[in-house]
Amino acid sequence: MKEEHKEGAHGHVEKYKYGMVIDLDKCTGCGACMVACMTENNVPFRKDESDKLVSTAWMRVFKATNGKSYPDIDVCYFPRPCMHCEGDHGHSPCVSVCPAVATDYDFETGIVSQIPTRCFGCRYCMAACPYHARYFNWWDPVWPDKMEKALSPDVSPRMRGVVEKCTFCFHRFQRARDKAYVEGRREIREDEYQTACTQACPADAITFGDLNNHEHEVYKLKKSPYAFRLLERLGTNPKVYYMSTRSWVRREGDNYLKGEKSK
Amino acid sequence: MFPFSFEWHWDIGHMVFHGALWYALSILGMGLGYAAIKSFIDLKKGGHH
Amino acid sequence: MDSALIPEGVKRCSFGKFALWIGFWSLLMLWALAGAGVCWLKGLNQTNLNDYFGFGAWITADLAIIALGAGAFFTGFMRYILGIEDFKPIINFVVIIGFICYSSALAILALDIGQPLRGWHIFWHANVHSMLTEVAFCISAYFMVLTIEYIPLVLENRQLDKIPLVHHFSHNLHHIMAVFAATGAFLSFFHQGSLGGVAGVLFGRPFAFRQHFAIWPTTFFLFIFSAIACGPCFTILVTRITELITRKKLVKQNVIVKLAKVSGWLLVGYLLVKTLDTVYWAMVTLPNMGVSFMDMYPESPFTIWILIAELGFCGVIPAIILITEKGRNNNLLLIPAAILTCIGICLNRYVMTVQALALPVMPFDNFVNYIPNWAEWVTSLAPFAYGAILISLSYRYLPVFPQEKELNP
Repeated sequence: MKEEHKEGAHGHVEKYKYGMVIDLDKCTGCGACMVACMTENNVPFRKDESDKLVSTAWMRVFKATNGKSYPDIDVCYFPRPCMHCEGDHGHSPCVSVCPAVATDYDFETGIVSQIPTRCFGCRYCMAACPYHARYFNWWDPVWPDKMEKALSPDVSPRMRGVVEKCTFCFHRFQRARDKAYVEGRREIREDEYQTACTQACPADAITFGDLNNHEHEVYKLKKSPYAFRLLERLGTNPKVYYMSTRSWVRREGDNYLKGEKSK
Repeated sequence: MFPFSFEWHWDIGHMVFHGALWYALSILGMGLGYAAIKSFIDLKKGGHH
Repeated sequence: MDSALIPEGVKRCSFGKFALWIGFWSLLMLWALAGAGVCWLKGLNQTNLNDYFGFGAWITADLAIIALGAGAFFTGFMRYILGIEDFKPIINFVVIIGFICYSSALAILALDIGQPLRGWHIFWHANVHSMLTEVAFCISAYFMVLTIEYIPLVLENRQLDKIPLVHHFSHNLHHIMAVFAATGAFLSFFHQGSLGGVAGVLFGRPFAFRQHFAIWPTTFFLFIFSAIACGPCFTILVTRITELITRKKLVKQNVIVKLAKVSGWLLVGYLLVKTLDTVYWAMVTLPNMGVSFMDMYPESPFTIWILIAELGFCGVIPAIILITEKGRNNNLLLIPAAILTCIGICLNRYVMTVQALALPVMPFDNFVNYIPNWAEWVTSLAPFAYGAILISLSYRYLPVFPQEKELNP
């Protein structure tokens, strides 16, 4: 049963609301999601990728600890794609600030798009994003010899001087939609549209689907008492949920004043 | 900037923003135009202030 | 050698001396152009900017220059709209200062974007909800106004003025200058404000975000207020520096003192409003986001001292000097006060951009620092050299200071 045509922000009709639930208790921090994402989306890399402040990773795994010393230390990894924020007032932090409409909120899917050929690299969206989900192309992409032949034909590589970010593998959505249309269907099945990181995760920590659709796994998971979202208090209204049974991990997901009760 | 670009919407935001912008630009344009035309007229008259 | 170009009845140094002076600043300009050149040719990887500091030295320089250049529109506003004739003797000079500030800001903006050749997208594909769009349109349009205000002064050069059409054109432009000044004031109020809005709307950044009035965050109003408070101080400072270098009195003391008085009282007003805003931000806005006031000032260089320096040393102290009659009439106090005010506004623009980005928002994220590299430094400081050249040329060949002859018989 799908909640058809939900009224979304701005009074637009929302057909889908794609999102993710990441089980942090399952994530081992292996980084397979990052690798899969880079390959799927032709994310450029350089010979020396040691400086993470200038290297691009649409999906980045952050490490958090409970701050205690051995033997009480506990570690958690936060895979961080773009949160595809809807914003509490219908404004994602980045979409509303882009001066050239180079990033847009798609009301059909709830996906925040990026138009690299429109972007002129002012980086205001990067300043607006508290998740650091947006990356600037400091260099033109240079692929190792013959690797160009292995690039994905569905995603255009980006040029120097523009911003890029996770698109929830939007090209996969397009492919699934085309297939469904050809087969005379108007709805896309859950398994027909999955992101590369979801499929690559060996621990099955990432679940992807339509957050509005009762039949999708994410719909049930997001209702878990252990589910939370990153920096929810800022009013970004993200579509990526995290889950953990560990209370310190849930507290790491947002900012709290001293003595304030966490979620 | 113009109604024929595809991201254009005929909403209040666009009307206020572009209304103010084009108003300001027209004043500048008309002011410059006035000064230029008047200068040619003054020149024809041959007067020197 | 160039005596035919120099205004009648005033003394200027020898051409050789002048050429040496211009040559010195031109060398600095060349250095800055080299910095700009490598960034344009090779891209922004030639800077120390990174994904955590998308905004750095350039954006601070931009915001600071524009705030300092506010003297142009605000003096124009007082002279043409409020009709305060006292500012007439300095109006030419503030136009030049404004022209320098805004052209520099536009040049730095052209450097700061990743694809400068696509800069026109901001106009063509304008997102009217973005504060940056408002900034781009207003600054460009106001730069047109400043150019229109500067043209008649250039045309008043002794040789150009001999051409009848040029003479008529400059006369006619002068005649309707109030219309341009009013348009300029309108545009300026908006872009000074929207520059504040650029920071204040970032609800993902607790340091920058502020409560909204209608569609504007409080920073919108604070930026206008602070710019018109410090703009006149910058005008005073540049005038005094010009007088020091030319070893001449160029503007009567009463003009300077009046500017100082206006600046002082505006500064008092600004400090009151800014304090209220800061208190509300600390007591309401930040706790709602789950962060405390002191979380915003975690470590060097972003400790609480940066706020004390901005509002105390560079706010309260100069304000007291400027509003007291004795203070503003005493050059030994007036000049330091003007300098402090200008430093204060630069600090404000710096924290609202760089500190706002430096503070990690995700609890498990790291604090990263950033120091600009040579290409960023030389291009950010280039407006000094560019300004020196343009002011020198204008002073030598144009009748900038109407009181000069009277003050230097």
